Amino acid sequence: MRKRTFVRTLVGAAVVAAFSGMAFAQQGKPVKIGLLATLEGPFAAGGADGMRGAELAIKQRNGVVAGRKIELIKASSDAKPDVAVNATRKLVEQDKVDIMVGPLSGGEGIAVKEYSKTQPGITFINGSSGAQATTLVNPSPNFFRFNTEGAQWMVGLGKAALDKGYKRVMVIAEDYAFPYSQVQGFMSEYCRLGGKVPVKAWVPLGGKDYSSVIARIPKDVDALVVVLGGADAVNFLNQYEAAGGDKPLVGGSITVSQDILNYKGKRRDSLVGTIAGAPIADSYDAPEFKQFVADYQKNYPVSSGAYPSPSLFALVYYINMKAALDGLEAVKGDLSDGQKKYREALQKMTLKTPVGDVKLDANRQAIGTTFITEVVKDKQGNLFNKVLRKVDGIDQMLGMPKEQFQMGSRDVPNCP
Amino acid sequence: MSAADWRNAMNSGVGRAALLNRGQTAVLPGNRALTPISLPRFWEHIGVRHVVVLAFLVAYPWFATPFFTFQIGAQSLALGLIALSLTFLGGYGGMVSLAQMTVAGIAGYGVAIFGAASAADTAISLGWPWWVAVLIAVVIATVCAAFIGWLSVRTEGIYTIMITLAVGVAFYYLCLQNYSVFNGFQGFQRVHAPTVLGVNLRDPLPFYYLALFWSLAGYFFVKYLLRAPFGIALQGIRDNPRRMNALGFNVTAHRVAAYAVAGVMAAVGGVLLVWYNGLIGPGSVGTSWIINILVIAVLGGMRHPIGPFLGAIVFVVLQTFAIDVFDRERFNLVIGVVFLVIVLFSPDGLLGWWAGLKSRFSTPRGGVR
Amino acid sequence: MLAFIAWGLWDNERLFLVTLLNGLTLASLYFIVAAGFTLVFGLMRNVNLAHGSLYLLGGYLGFFTAQYTGSWLLALAAGFLGAALVGLVIQVSIFRFMQGDDLRQTLVTIGLSIVIADILLWGFGATVHQIDAPAWLSGPLRDIPLLKAYSKYRLMLLPIGIAIGVALWLFLNRTRVGMMIRAGVDDRAMLSASGVNVNVLFAVTFAIGAGLAGFGGVIGAVELSMVPGEDVRLLLASLIVVIIGGMGSVVGAALGATILGLAETYGLAYAPTYSVVFTFVILVLVLAFRPRGFLGRPA
Repeated sequence: MRKRTFVRTLVGAAVVAAFSGMAFAQQGKPVKIGLLATLEGPFAAGGADGMRGAELAIKQRNGVVAGRKIELIKASSDAKPDVAVNATRKLVEQDKVDIMVGPLSGGEGIAVKEYSKTQPGITFINGSSGAQATTLVNPSPNFFRFNTEGAQWMVGLGKAALDKGYKRVMVIAEDYAFPYSQVQGFMSEYCRLGGKVPVKAWVPLGGKDYSSVIARIPKDVDALVVVLGGADAVNFLNQYEAAGGDKPLVGGSITVSQDILNYKGKRRDSLVGTIAGAPIADSYDAPEFKQFVADYQKNYPVSSGAYPSPSLFALVYYINMKAALDGLEAVKGDLSDGQKKYREALQKMTLKTPVGDVKLDANRQAIGTTFITEVVKDKQGNLFNKVLRKVDGIDQMLGMPKEQFQMGSRDVPNCP
Repeated sequence: MSAADWRNAMNSGVGRAALLNRGQTAVLPGNRALTPISLPRFWEHIGVRHVVVLAFLVAYPWFATPFFTFQIGAQSLALGLIALSLTFLGGYGGMVSLAQMTVAGIAGYGVAIFGAASAADTAISLGWPWWVAVLIAVVIATVCAAFIGWLSVRTEGIYTIMITLAVGVAFYYLCLQNYSVFNGFQGFQRVHAPTVLGVNLRDPLPFYYLALFWSLAGYFFVKYLLRAPFGIALQGIRDNPRRMNALGFNVTAHRVAAYAVAGVMAAVGGVLLVWYNGLIGPGSVGTSWIINILVIAVLGGMRHPIGPFLGAIVFVVLQTFAIDVFDRERFNLVIGVVFLVIVLFSPDGLLGWWAGLKSRFSTPRGGVR
Repeated sequence: MLAFIAWGLWDNERLFLVTLLNGLTLASLYFIVAAGFTLVFGLMRNVNLAHGSLYLLGGYLGFFTAQYTGSWLLALAAGFLGAALVGLVIQVSIFRFMQGDDLRQTLVTIGLSIVIADILLWGFGATVHQIDAPAWLSGPLRDIPLLKAYSKYRLMLLPIGIAIGVALWLFLNRTRVGMMIRAGVDDRAMLSASGVNVNVLFAVTFAIGAGLAGFGGVIGAVELSMVPGEDVRLLLASLIVVIIGGMGSVVGAALGATILGLAETYGLAYAPTYSVVFTFVILVLVLAFRPRGFLGRPA
């Protein structure tokens, strides 16, 4: 069913594109854009929504930018870096795309960034991958990221936690780079403002059974900082509730996202009151965001397999694809000279996104906005994220001087 | 031996007996078998089809695009070499080991850890010269392969598949969890092939020939080994371990040695693969790749050392172009069904299917290919 | 070992005891799933690597049954029967025609596991599915001495595991079919020579083995939830359980499950980073010193 709707919309887009493009047909041949997301394995749902977001950006322009038709070629990976590079190489070298948008997850992002160095004539724009290292370690001159990453998403949450009166917290997070950066984003502010983190429990990815971790929670902490994604988050919440736990929660960006709030099972009321940091907030009421949500819902009804409201992946892919198209507009579709002008335009651009303006730093990494949210229950009994605060202009150094900044790891930062 | 004998041997187990009695003396191991002048007996085994295939393989990059040379050609060869080690163990030793990708992964990690995965990324890489790193990596991987073999050969046949699967997944988790040596979830980036004598082995053309060289070496090595006393003993052990034991052969030692030999091939394939990908991480040695190597070996056919390479080509082509034909989302379904069909209807893989077609039409040079 | 127990009790007796209970309850789940696996292997020498897929299938079936009927017990029945039916179909339509060809059967199960996993992903997506514990089992049991509170459902896993174990023992030792299965495990050739219809026997055994996987799936779907990838995890757990315990032995499966469950939970509680690796050290040690597992017999 999803596929049929997709084909229909594609045909529709093509028809619209054909009409609107006719007048400009002489101006240039189509621009090929490669789109890579994860359509297999555990991230498949997020990947599909990312693709929707990216397509939406193209649809809003009726498939034409500066008189050049946009030709989208898709590829998929299974969240593994080697597969992502293979898929990217196919798009770049076989399908000869001009611009590459993707991939989805952190490890893939670093690998594609490395590959981008071997293709200096192509411009690479991130999909939704959020590893800190992508732009901090060995950045690539032709890899751009218009979304903020894991650590940036959590800035402001430390203060919010202290405001709630959580003076000591325990961290429970998955044991890999993304949660490290999320915890860093939280702790760098929290520790600076006087909060204490006596225990950090790094649990193996996909461990599933959290009963032993729950047994380790000390009595004297005020709250739990839980940075778990997908099934891990669901299992933790479920087991914590069953074990009689009652401490308030502070969530990572993926812990209280749409897919967790909407998983197939009983709604967990214990989530109500959980604060979290994220680059997206369902209830953000700026007109640009409302317009984005309305466009998403119009193009991708729930019956076609889409979410009731766009997910983080849809938004971030949308932002990056929009950057690619806006940049193309700015140079009037001129990709000559090894895309030199295009890259300058991307670098200088102030990108208007549904969640505020984004600019790039010297490593081509976004400086952008984060939302501090709280889970509340609406009249129908559904859970959603209410915006508590919006923090603008967060850079990758998290406000620290460059010399002091260290990438997050198991032991950095630390304030027991 | 005539071409017909050779085909016979290739396609059925029966012909192998004939092979065993001949051509044991003059053939030297590995790539040296490629120099036929001093080896007249070896020359006899080479038929027209060998020359044609070899010529095609050598000429391939000159008419294929760099993409086809690198992603299809070189990747198939590297994966094929790893799968060849499984074919050798499974087809001739009767031990289907699912840990061959693990051995390859150990070698890959070895290259990354001892060699020059840029020091800026991690403090782990030692940055030794590439040839030292590669040598150590292959040796370590071989030792590990022998150890895995020792663990699994002391039980009977079907246990092997379980034990090696468990060992393989164990290694995956070790890589995922350990940061001091394996750098955890991220693994190593920028593990690139070196520049040797001014030739950058990272470039598609040199890398293809590098992969081709070692694949041919592996192929001929296996062919040689099967006729050497060791290979004959190994096949004897496969068919009747008890009798071989009674004849005074040390069954366990032969099997462990087979693991070690297969380990060398898998390790070389692993080095090629890590250079091809330019990175290695837990995902590269996870369950899906463990199973993929088995799929490749079974797809091609375990009766002949050319099988894994055929399987690898089919696998890589499917993996690369599946999305243009059907939803990439369902790639696993397609590969699973293809695998099932092969296992159910043609246990000898594509080679068996090919042999079946030939015997049906009995025209040796039909245009079926 | 004793020193660790003493230290653990002295250091934090609540953590130690809760972990013990966690380990035993997890072992219960592992035992239920692995018992089916080992039963099938013992009789047919068929390493069913699609066992994890049947677990996942049972879990999904249970989820939808629970959703439409609201009954967890019906979900259990649906999980068991659904998986058993699929197992029966696989046995009758495929494995019957390759009897004695161990390796090929195993390869077929690998193919099946790839296909089933992808069909399930296609049908149910990657969304997390979790079955609710029935009202009388949800929430914690409070005021237990030393432990304070413990999840009721989790506690219930222990008697369920023991009940399954006892039922299996009675089935194998007190019923005609069970005795035939045991006879088959000991000597297959002799069994068929003595006039037993081996095909029916194999079909029944395979169905029961698959059904246990599905049953485990429903139980697991409450505590651990269902998501693509769980199939491999449970398959791996089953493999380790039977390698440690000894292939084909139900008692061995219980022993192996206990060791694995305790190793995992104590690892997670006391050395979380290496909890997974810890498990495999045990595996390698067992293989090095007792290649057939603790209770395995020579084939």
